Amino acid sequence: MPNVQSLRCKECGRDYPQEPIYVCDFCFGPLEVAYDYDAIAKNISRESIQDGPLTIWRYDELLPASRDNAVNIGAGMTPLLKADNLGKELGLNNLWIKNDAANPTHSFKDRVVSVASTKAVEFDFDTIACASTGNLAGATAAHGAKAGMNTVVFVPSNLERGKILGAAVFGSVVLVNGNYDDVNRLCSELGDDRRWAFVNINMRPYYSEGSKSLGYEIAEQLGWHAPEHVIVPVASGSLFTKVYKGLNEFAELGLIESADTKMHIAQPAGCSPVATAWVEGQTHPKPVIPDTIAKSLAIGNPADGMYSVGIANKTEGSGTIVPENEVAEGMKLLAETEGIFTETAGGVVISTLRKLARDGVIGPDEETVALITGTGLKTIEAIEDTIELKTIEPNVRSFDEIVMGAAVS
Amino acid sequence: MPLRRVTFTFSTGLIQRPLIYELGKKFEIVTNIRRAEVDHEEGWVVLELEGALEEIDRGLKWVTDQGVDVTALEGDIMAG
Repeated sequence: MPNVQSLRCKECGRDYPQEPIYVCDFCFGPLEVAYDYDAIAKNISRESIQDGPLTIWRYDELLPASRDNAVNIGAGMTPLLKADNLGKELGLNNLWIKNDAANPTHSFKDRVVSVASTKAVEFDFDTIACASTGNLAGATAAHGAKAGMNTVVFVPSNLERGKILGAAVFGSVVLVNGNYDDVNRLCSELGDDRRWAFVNINMRPYYSEGSKSLGYEIAEQLGWHAPEHVIVPVASGSLFTKVYKGLNEFAELGLIESADTKMHIAQPAGCSPVATAWVEGQTHPKPVIPDTIAKSLAIGNPADGMYSVGIANKTEGSGTIVPENEVAEGMKLLAETEGIFTETAGGVVISTLRKLARDGVIGPDEETVALITGTGLKTIEAIEDTIELKTIEPNVRSFDEIVMGAAVS
Repeated sequence: MPLRRVTFTFSTGLIQRPLIYELGKKFEIVTNIRRAEVDHEEGWVVLELEGALEEIDRGLKWVTDQGVDVTALEGDIMAG
């Protein structure tokens, strides 16, 4: 891509050519895509974006792969919905929900994998791979199928059946007998051993750039400005840092006036290394062993945790640790007020939002966007115990008695 | 010789111990520090270990037994 200058180390600033690499040889810092913003500024405008496709590829000037060869199953341009009912419940008059469950495989991972798989094709890889317990598995399997690549998706063999089948339908799932660490270790070894495009290892600098599109879309859909607050569910921290980067790139390019958004970290108590570091005033999250109902946030050793804490501090944002029993509450609250069934990570976000509103961190009229990154249908077991079902006999009397609660003589 | 890139995270009680020196003395492992931050409360060190794989595994087990959190440099690969 002409707009990409190099891969640049986030720690020491050394430049590297665009290759499937992810770590600086010198200081072992993570590599990130660096762009020629002067060149981009000459070609990009609100109009040029609006004339683009209704996918993440409308922002291709700011992505590290070409729109022409995109592995595209329609990721992006998901609804940004005014959440007046939920807002009323929480005392927030200017609340928006960005519903990324509306992506093709029902999570924001389609954004990152669309970019990673396109880049993998550009690099001439014939195999794309990942290790996942859910959303990433589906996104990688689907994009691998669309790209016609060999695809290997590692999932723990004890994963819920629905999740396995939801990814296996695309034809590429391998079940691994072992725990979380065993699968991590296997993939790390295979990443060293095979010439594969591992979406979140050697393709990580490109993969993570796909998340910026969430920031771009929020600004565009709000009418070309950045909100005052964004609440982001944090796992590795990549999404958090890239939403921030996306908003700031738009400001730097003059597509929006400024990006003074306060960035808020949302994590569940069973895996909260990043939020805990923010709460305790530490810069470096301590690794934890995850034990949370919010499986899509169960990353105990978050690669971008330190950068996320830095951004929360810099933007005067926050970090919230949501008690595990409030995760399902958040899911139900969103479902019952806005008609959106989110996965557990969204429950963490809504409970965080509720706390920030209660504590006055978010003022009643401040424009706020909460990110819903996946659908509840993949984590249905999480709300099973919170729902009361009514069963009736097939007659009107039974209906009136049990459902309407009417006294029947 | 195989290489492995890892992060050691030390709690307050371990900061004064020369654990990386001891790791190199007790095991046939070459340690090579690339980045670090240590203050009065905690410390982390990013380093490369070079040696036979079994020796690195034994060394890392020993470090873990001393109370150090040992994590892969790239973070957790398995994602939700």
